[in-house]
Amino acid sequence: MYETNYHRATSVDDAAAKLGAAEDAKVLSGGQTLLPTMKQRLAAPSDVIDVTHIADMKGITESGGGIRIGAATTHAEVAGSEIVKRMLPGLAALAGHIGDPHVRHMGTIGGSLANNDPAADYPSAALALGATIHTNARQISAEDFFTGMFETALDESEIVTAVEFPKASACAYAKYPNPASRYAMAGVFVARTDGGVRVAVTGAGQNGVFRHAGLEDALAQSFSADAVAGVTTDPDQLLADIHGSAEYRANLVTVMAKRAVAACA
Amino acid sequence: MTGSAEGIGARVTRREDKRFIIGKGRYTDDMNVAGMCHAAFVRSPHAHAKVASLDADAARAMPGVIAVLTGEELAADGVGNLICGWMIHSKDGTPMKMGAWRALEHETVRHVGQAVAVVVAETRAQARDAADAVVVDYDALDAVVDSLDALKPGAPQIHPEAEGNLIYDWEIGDEAATEAAFASAAHVTRMEIRNNRLVPNPMEPRSALAHYEEADEHYTLWTTSQNPHVARLVLSAFYNIAPEHKLRVIAPDVGGGFGSKIYIYPEEMVCLWASKKTGVPVKWTSDRTEAFLTDAHGRDHHSEAEVALDADNKIIGLRVKTVANLGAYMSLFSSSVPTYLYATLLSGQYDIPAIHCNVKTVYTNTTPVDAYRGAGRPEATYLVERVMETTAREVGMDPAEFRRKNFVRSFPHQTPVIMCYDAGDYDASLDAALKAIDYDGFAARKAEAARRGKLRGIGLSCYIEACGIAPSQAVGSLGAGVGLWESAEVRVNPVGTIEVLTGSHSHGQGHETTFAQLVSERLGVGLDTVSIVHGDTDKVQFGMGTYGSRSGAVGMSAISKALDKVESKARKLAAHLMEASEGDITLEGGTFKVAGTDKELPFFQVALAAYTAHNMPEGMEPGLKEGAFYDPTNFTFPAGTYVCEVEVDPETGKTEVVDFVAADDFGTIINPMIVEGQVHGGLTQGIGQALLENAAYDADGQLLSASYMDYTMPRADDVPSYRLMTTVTECPGNPLGMKGCGEAGAIGSPPAVINAITDAIGTNALEMPATAANVWRALKSAQPAQAAE
Repeated sequence: MYETNYHRATSVDDAAAKLGAAEDAKVLSGGQTLLPTMKQRLAAPSDVIDVTHIADMKGITESGGGIRIGAATTHAEVAGSEIVKRMLPGLAALAGHIGDPHVRHMGTIGGSLANNDPAADYPSAALALGATIHTNARQISAEDFFTGMFETALDESEIVTAVEFPKASACAYAKYPNPASRYAMAGVFVARTDGGVRVAVTGAGQNGVFRHAGLEDALAQSFSADAVAGVTTDPDQLLADIHGSAEYRANLVTVMAKRAVAACA
Repeated sequence: MTGSAEGIGARVTRREDKRFIIGKGRYTDDMNVAGMCHAAFVRSPHAHAKVASLDADAARAMPGVIAVLTGEELAADGVGNLICGWMIHSKDGTPMKMGAWRALEHETVRHVGQAVAVVVAETRAQARDAADAVVVDYDALDAVVDSLDALKPGAPQIHPEAEGNLIYDWEIGDEAATEAAFASAAHVTRMEIRNNRLVPNPMEPRSALAHYEEADEHYTLWTTSQNPHVARLVLSAFYNIAPEHKLRVIAPDVGGGFGSKIYIYPEEMVCLWASKKTGVPVKWTSDRTEAFLTDAHGRDHHSEAEVALDADNKIIGLRVKTVANLGAYMSLFSSSVPTYLYATLLSGQYDIPAIHCNVKTVYTNTTPVDAYRGAGRPEATYLVERVMETTAREVGMDPAEFRRKNFVRSFPHQTPVIMCYDAGDYDASLDAALKAIDYDGFAARKAEAARRGKLRGIGLSCYIEACGIAPSQAVGSLGAGVGLWESAEVRVNPVGTIEVLTGSHSHGQGHETTFAQLVSERLGVGLDTVSIVHGDTDKVQFGMGTYGSRSGAVGMSAISKALDKVESKARKLAAHLMEASEGDITLEGGTFKVAGTDKELPFFQVALAAYTAHNMPEGMEPGLKEGAFYDPTNFTFPAGTYVCEVEVDPETGKTEVVDFVAADDFGTIINPMIVEGQVHGGLTQGIGQALLENAAYDADGQLLSASYMDYTMPRADDVPSYRLMTTVTECPGNPLGMKGCGEAGAIGSPPAVINAITDAIGTNALEMPATAANVWRALKSAQPAQAAE
C-alpha cells in the first residue's frame, strides 16, 4: 500500500469540498474494493474521503411508495431492514448474499453502485427495479447511471448520496457465484413493477450489467419459470475466462432467470 | 509401556493451540532484530526473456535505501546456484540435465516472478517503492508452459543444459514382461489422465530474517522451514553461505508447509548474503502474490495408462507413460517426486504381476514444481484408481468387487516397482467403508435424488501410499543426496521434567502434543512435565525434518529409541537405590517398584539421584540424558478406502459432495483427534484439487490464477461433514507400529470424487478440477447418452 491521507467527512458538502481540494482523491465508502486494490498497489489515491460517518447518507426510509436507502448504508443493514424485507424482499436477499459477513458489515450500497464492478450484485437490482441514484448534484436513473465496466455517469467530483427504489409487486435475485471470488458469474434480478417486468443481468456481460430483452419479453407474456426456460442469450455478448466459457454463462443466465422467477412466487 | 491417561491413544487437546488461539504464536515475521532493514525483490514480468539492462541508479537514491544488489554481484561473491538434491538417471544411463538456477538472475529469466535484483531499505514500504523504481529492460523470448508442448520439436529452448527441454527419460519395471501381458490380454482399458497443477497456499507466507554478525562472522537465519537442519546443510555445503558452525537456522512457529517449505528458495539465500553485504539484518516476508508466483507448485502430470486383464478380470499388466512438468528450474527434491515417490506406487492395493512406467520430466516457463502434500503418491493413486473404476465399468463389474478381486492379500508383498508392502488388510477397510456408506442402498438414494432433479453418483478409491521416507541406504542407492533417518535426544532434568529434542519440525502436525504423549506413555509422567524442542540448529544436533508423513514413523521411532536408553539407565539406577535386582524393577505410573515388595521410588527421585550422583552404581556416569538416531527399515504403507457420494445439478454442473466416508489404516495411532484433523485437512485439500483448484497459465506464461480472486481454495461449504473410521494393522517395521497419516486424505480423495461425478453424469470424459463449468460441458457433450437414459 502506498501512503495516503485519510479524511473523515462530516457532511456531504464537506466531502465534496475535500474531494475537490485534493490532487487525486477517492471516496471511501466501506472500502471493500478500494482498500484491497490499494493494498495490492494497484491504486494510489493521494487522499481518501470517508463518507460512512455522514448521518444524511445513512439509513433506510419509506418514501413516496418506494424505499430510500442512504448511500453509506451497509449491505448488512439493507439485508436486515424490515422495510426492505417487506417491500422488496428480493433486494434484502441480494444484500444478504454479497461477499462474506465482513464485506456485508463494511461495504455500502453507494460504494457498490459507484464502483459498478461488472460482477457486483447491486447494479442488477438498481437496473431491474428502475432505481434512481441521488448524488450531491442531481438524480440519475439507473438506466443512465451504468455506462460500462467500472464506468458510471458520475462526474469526478460527484458523490452518490442515496438510492431510491420504486415498489415492486414481486422481485427476486438468483446468482451463480464465481467459485473463487464468489462474485456473480451470472446474477439475474427479476422485478415486476407497475411499469412491467424488467430483468437485469450482472456478472456475465462484457460491458457490465445489462437489461435482458428476451427474458423481459418472455416474462411479460407469462410470468413463470417455464416461460424463460427456452430463452437464450447470445454468447458473443458475454464474458469468457478460466472459470467458464461464454456459452456456460449464457446457460447460467437462463437457469438463474428461472430460479429468480421461481423465487418470486 | 506404563499406560497413561495421556499416553498413546488418548484424545489429548493440542498443547500448542493456546498460543495460536490467543494470537501469541511466534512466526518468522514476528521476529525483530535491532537495526533490521527490509528486502524487496525486483521480479520478472516475463515468463522467458533476456535481461538486456538493469538500471538501479534512481532506486539507490530513494529515501531509506541501503543497497540495490544484483545477480552479477551475487555470482561475483561466489554464492552457489540452487540445486536439486536427488540424482535421477535416464534409462540410457545419462544423468539428469540440470539447468543453472541463480538466486538472482542477471542473464535469462525463465518464469514470471523470478527475482533479478533485491532492494534493502529501512522500511518495507521504502524497499518496495525502490524496487518499483529499478528499471529492467527485457528482450522477451517465446515461452512454453505445457509439458507436452515443451517436448515438441521447435519448442522454445529453456536451458542450454537440457536439449529439447527434456530433463530425464526414466523408466521402472519390466517392459518385456508387461508387453507380454498385454499381448495375452482378454481386455485392455486405455485412458489419458491429467493431474492438475496446484499452488500450495500455506496460511503463513514464506519469510526470512537474516542477521550477519561481523564480530563472530556468524549468521542467524530465522525462516519458514519444515527442515532447518537440511536448510543449513544446503546453504553451507552447496551455496557457500557459511560453514555449518557459523550458521544457525531457526524455524520458529511455521504456519503450514504442505511440502512447499522443505526447499531452500532464492529469497532466503539472498537475505543471508545481503545481510553480510550491507551489514544490517535483513527481513523479507512474501506477499500472497509472490507466494503464488514463487512457492513450489505441485502435481502437473500428463499420463497415458493401460491396464490388461485376463479372461477372469484379473489384472495381468499395467503400462504407464507420464510427462511431468518441473517448471523453470529443478527444485530441491523435484526429480524424486515423479519417479521414486510416484511410479513405485503404481501397483496400488493390487496384485499386478507386470508393470512398466516411463517418465519424462520437462522444463517449462512456469514456477518450479516439487513435492506438495502427497508428492507423487496422489498422482499415482489418481491414475490407478481412475483406471480401476473405469476398467470395472468397461467390463461390467461392480467397481468394489473388481478391486476386491485384485487385492494383495499376503504380506510381505513384493510389487514389480521396488516397493515391498509389509502389512495391510485391504478387505477390512473396503468392508468398513462400504458398510458405512450403505453401498447396497445407493440405487435408492440415486432414485430419490433424481426426483429432486439431481444426478447422484458414487465413487471409490482404494489408496495405498508410502510414508516414513526412508532407509538411508535405499534412498542413497536411488540417488538421494541425503540420508533420511531421524534423531532425538531425551534430556531428563534433575527435578524429573523432560525435554525432548527432535529433528522433526512441527508446522501444524501437533508434535508438541503427540511426542509428549509418547513420553507419558513410556515413563508414566504427566504431559505438563514434558516439553518438545525443535526447529533450531543450535539446540537440536541434527534432523531431517518433517515431510512425507515421516515424523511419527521415523521421528517418534528415534524418540522411542532414546527413551529406551533413558528408561534402561533409570531402571538400573532405581534397582541400585532400592537394593533390588534390575529384573525385579517395574515402572508403573511414573514410579519404579520392586516386584513383590512395597518398595518404590518415583521417577523424578531417580532423576535427581542421577544428578546428585551421591549414590551411583559402579561405573555409571552421572546425569540422565540420551540420544538416538533411527534409520527406517522400510517405507510404511498406510492404506484405506474412501467412498464419495455426490449430487450434480445438471442445470449448472455444480457438484455437491453429499457424503464422504474414509476408512484408513494408519497402524498405531497416538492421538485420534489429531489424526482426524490431519485426515480432515487432507480430504479437504484432495476435494479442493478434484473440484476447485487449478494453477492456470496463459500461453505467454502469465499465471492467470495468481490470487484468491481466481484460484479457488476449498471452503467450509465446499466439503461435507466427513465420516472417518480406522482399521488397524500395525506396521512391523518400526517400534511403535505407526504408518503415518499426514497425506492420506489428499492422496486418496481426488479419484473418489471424480469417480463419483463420472458415475453421476454418465460420461468418463472429465478431468480435474471438476468445476461446475467443466462438468456442465462434459454433460453437454454427453447429452445424447443422457437423453437415452
